[in-house]
Amino acid sequence: MMSDQPLIGQPISRLEGHLKVTGTAKYAGEYNVPGLLYGYVINSTITKGKISSINTKIAKALPGVIEVFTHENRPSLAWFDMQYSDMDAPPGSPFRPLHTADIKYNGQPIALVVAETFELARYAASCVEIKYTEEPFSTDLKENIDKARAPQPGLATFLKPLPPKPKGDFEKAYNDSFAKASGEFYHGTEHHNPLELFSTTTIYEGQGKLTIYDKTQGTINSQLYVGNIFGLHFKDVRVIAPYVGGGFGSGLRPQYQLFLSVMAALELKRPVRVTLERNQMYTFGHRPPTIQNTRFGADANGKITALNHSAIAETSQFEDYTEVVVNWSNMLYPAENTLMEYKLVPLDVYSPLDMRAPGGSTGSHAIESTMDELAYKLNIDPIELRLINYAETDTSVGRPYSSKELRQCFIQGAEKFGWSNRNPEPRSMRRGNKLVGYGMATGIWESMQLPARAEAILTKEGKLLVSSAVTDIGTGTLTVMTQIAADELGLPLADVTFSYGDSKMPFAPIQGGSFTVSTVGSAIKAAGKALRKKLFKKAKDIKNSPLKGTDLEDVVFKNGDIISKNNPALRVSFQDILALNKGAIKTTNTSLPKAFKLKKYSRAAHSAAFVEVEVDEQLGVVTVTRSLTAVAAGNIINPKTARSQILGGMVWGISKALREETITDYKLGKYMNQNLAEYHIPVHADLHDMDVIFVEEKDEIINELGSKGVGEIGIVGMPPAIANAIFHATGKRINQFPIHFDSLL
Amino acid sequence: MNQFQYVRPAETSGAIKSVALDANAHFLAGGTNLVDLMKMGIVTPERLVDINNLPLKKIENIQGHLRIGALVTNTQVAENKFVKENFPLLSMAINAGASPQLRNMATTGGNLLQRTRCPYFFDTTMPCNKRVPGSGCGALEGYNRMHAIFGASDKCIAVNPSDMNVALTALNAFVHVSGPKAARTIPFADFHRLPGDHPEQDTTLQKNELITSIDIPTAPFSKNVHYLKVRDRSSYAFALVSAAVALHIENNTIKDVRLAMGGVAHKPWRLTATETFLKGKTVSEDTFKQAAQIAMEGAKAYEHNKFKLKLAPNTLIQALKTASGLTV
Ligand SMILES: Cc1cc2nc3c(=O)[nH]c(=O)nc-3n(C[C@H](O)[C@H](O)[C@H](O)COP(=O)(O)OP(=O)(O)OC[C@H]3O[C@@H](n4cnc5c(N)ncnc54)[C@H](O)[C@@H]3O)c2cc1C
Repeated sequence: MMSDQPLIGQPISRLEGHLKVTGTAKYAGEYNVPGLLYGYVINSTITKGKISSINTKIAKALPGVIEVFTHENRPSLAWFDMQYSDMDAPPGSPFRPLHTADIKYNGQPIALVVAETFELARYAASCVEIKYTEEPFSTDLKENIDKARAPQPGLATFLKPLPPKPKGDFEKAYNDSFAKASGEFYHGTEHHNPLELFSTTTIYEGQGKLTIYDKTQGTINSQLYVGNIFGLHFKDVRVIAPYVGGGFGSGLRPQYQLFLSVMAALELKRPVRVTLERNQMYTFGHRPPTIQNTRFGADANGKITALNHSAIAETSQFEDYTEVVVNWSNMLYPAENTLMEYKLVPLDVYSPLDMRAPGGSTGSHAIESTMDELAYKLNIDPIELRLINYAETDTSVGRPYSSKELRQCFIQGAEKFGWSNRNPEPRSMRRGNKLVGYGMATGIWESMQLPARAEAILTKEGKLLVSSAVTDIGTGTLTVMTQIAADELGLPLADVTFSYGDSKMPFAPIQGGSFTVSTVGSAIKAAGKALRKKLFKKAKDIKNSPLKGTDLEDVVFKNGDIISKNNPALRVSFQDILALNKGAIKTTNTSLPKAFKLKKYSRAAHSAAFVEVEVDEQLGVVTVTRSLTAVAAGNIINPKTARSQILGGMVWGISKALREETITDYKLGKYMNQNLAEYHIPVHADLHDMDVIFVEEKDEIINELGSKGVGEIGIVGMPPAIANAIFHATGKRINQFPIHFDSLL
Repeated sequence: MNQFQYVRPAETSGAIKSVALDANAHFLAGGTNLVDLMKMGIVTPERLVDINNLPLKKIENIQGHLRIGALVTNTQVAENKFVKENFPLLSMAINAGASPQLRNMATTGGNLLQRTRCPYFFDTTMPCNKRVPGSGCGALEGYNRMHAIFGASDKCIAVNPSDMNVALTALNAFVHVSGPKAARTIPFADFHRLPGDHPEQDTTLQKNELITSIDIPTAPFSKNVHYLKVRDRSSYAFALVSAAVALHIENNTIKDVRLAMGGVAHKPWRLTATETFLKGKTVSEDTFKQAAQIAMEGAKAYEHNKFKLKLAPNTLIQALKTASGLTV
């Protein structure tokens, strides 16, 4: 059963895969208890103004309807903005559901109907009469750029730094440069749309105690939010999220179904479930529409001397949601003269929300398309141009990289993709009546680590239990954490259980930013290490212990034994230790990022994306016939789940470049395609040959696992690589996403 | 969803009687369109007459006519051997629509009557003359990427979303209906309407009339046919523009031709003038380009669907070339 190979690095299939594909895995909206009530949310149909009257009489009179909550009869709640804040809250004043009669955006939740069945609640909702007084509003970023202003800084800027100060003299350097490339870029609103709808089942346990099954990317985040707003002791609020059917960032903040379900359960002292419908998934959080402008200048050798990147993004009227959009180019390309600007336009929409590679995937579109343009201006191969400008250190902040094998991504990626077959001349390659284009782009995503705790227990039976409050949003967290814990104690996978997704377990931050392996994996490693130490000490304490006089460094843990490296005959088994200990052995440990050491380095995962497209110019149809992404992200704990993350990111890259957009009718201030039939994401028929390479990258600085996280890097390089391939195929540089017929015909 | 009565009669006459009992009664076939509309409060029936037990499930060959019962599923039609051999255009069009799961449920009669996908129609909080006559048209000056370039009115610029209908109009089909009055037969071209002042009426079907079957007359279109659908993704999206082309070619001369387009009008858009132009001509790309010009006469675009003025002729040319073997 036990092999000598460590489990880390092995392509182990998801441990919960079978439960998921057989429908056995239970999600937040699937916990049934006797007497469960169902809430249905009513959303505003106007974009701005006030509710002048809300008549719930007819709805309430329907047999089986328990209550209709509105701003008029909601319980009195916490007063201060702080109490509505959460781990991912941007600076500003968080939205409070059912707070007042004010309408701040189209789709704002304004009432909750609670009834004995979902269908009845939904029908009763249609019987609630609401009158509004409307006020003028604006929701169109392009029409309001004159209102752009600097974002207000806040706690969130810790993880999302604002642009660095200008360096040198950009305007002069740009004017003097031998070759110039510039562009204006735009993408519209995008919505997360995980398959699992947002749902919360709140079980009222009596005496102010709640058990909450929540769709979230952070159990403790939801727990603190509920405790603060409803004035409950944190220990009385237990939030559980055993399985999460995709998050992509949408669950990084507690959403309004959580608030409403808890409010109703507390008021009615009964269990209440609130599940949002697909169209309601468009009523909180989205990737903000962003306009970007770039100007890059280079000398005759292709060395970039001047970099300017500015972005104007949408935010709401109540919070300053920001992203890191413009900081990346100088991390990738060491120019001496830089000018980076980032501004916000507050509009009458809900606050934007982190969506897979927030900012990074936006910025790379502009940066990497401009690089492609510059390569054409200089008549240099696009990879060559990137090698000429290869940042050995991060000159944007003057620090070395903890590791950076991007060069290998270019070399190995180009080789496997067949980049050398590319004739650089636009419109020079054809297949049948279609134009063929090759494009490439670089990707970068910062590697972060946050503090977390984990517990490790060796049970009486010699099994290892590890736990953390972290969720598994479908990325493979369960599997990967089990691998890490098993290796630390030298146990086979089957002897290790990882428990997670429960706020009563040791602290973990929200699951996002590709920092879960780094954050929680490190905590698990630390807890495992502490348990090793403890076991070793107990092993030595055994009377006549064969390990007396050995040090921890001189033993290996293998298959339930502690064995001397020098003389494998000298060993103590976990069973021997447990027999004397008469009970389980437990450790809880915190892992803190080594801030002082880490601060001296820039830390990032890199990628190179390669794409082949076919373009039918008569019909304007683009097909991504081949794509490959080479990734350098440190130690890959599980190549199978990691590959799936990269492939998922690449599919999303195709979506972003060619398919996906939330359409707004600006006259109404409303999103028009709030369903999966008309919100187009790629279907299988859109996906063809796709490949992933992980290049070897050793990183002894980043964390003890040497692993950088791969949740987001897969999406970053794809969209510009596609746009560049379309340019190569057609000679048309299209900077507006998604790229539609309109621009290609 | 409101409360409603549900009945499932076994006889056609019983179904018609039952539906006439209530002013607000609807037939239910595959339910893939009607149930969605009910969930969104766009249709609020008092009574649903489920017709799935009616004996309308046969594909027959009657004296040179192909007869398809109203309850034959889209999949059954598309996969039928006789259809594939004699009317491949119909198979191609059906298979270009929706997804396998939907086609397994969707019926021939239901497909004929599916409502538009205009987003203003699909949301009860928006103005829409088709849903609420007199409430205005949100699409006219709103988001109108999907919308009509032919035959629209200032009351409505929605399009018929069906792929199957485009092939059926090209194939000169007939629709058989039974109702409280005498049974009648409607030529396909007269079945769907242009919006005019009454966009709330999609078709000329009268109240309480039941589609029982459609007939397709024998025609020499087993070989040089093509259905080309252009949409925002490779599958599972409605047509922005589609073209159904059926040619009868002898010695490189077009002996007979039928052409229709989808995604461009309130009804499947038959191109009779273009057909007349092509009849007797020799197959060539130039001829097809001229034909496309004729086809586009009278086209009018709105803010977001100007691309259709280019896409529509290109789609037609491409479909003609493929059907005639000029390109594969
Ligand atoms: C997500 C999605 C994508 C789709 N994509 C496409 C596409 O790409 N192309 C395409 O062509 N279609 C598409 N469709 C539409 C699909 O083809 C229709 O929903 C289907 O054909 C309707 O058939 P049905 O039997 O389910 O009709 P139902 O939903 O049962 O009925 C529709 C209407 O017809 C009436 N009716 C049904 N049968 C009769 C009868 N015999 N006599 C009188 N009235 C009758 C009903 O009262 C109702 O008003 C899509 C649908 C969905 C949901």
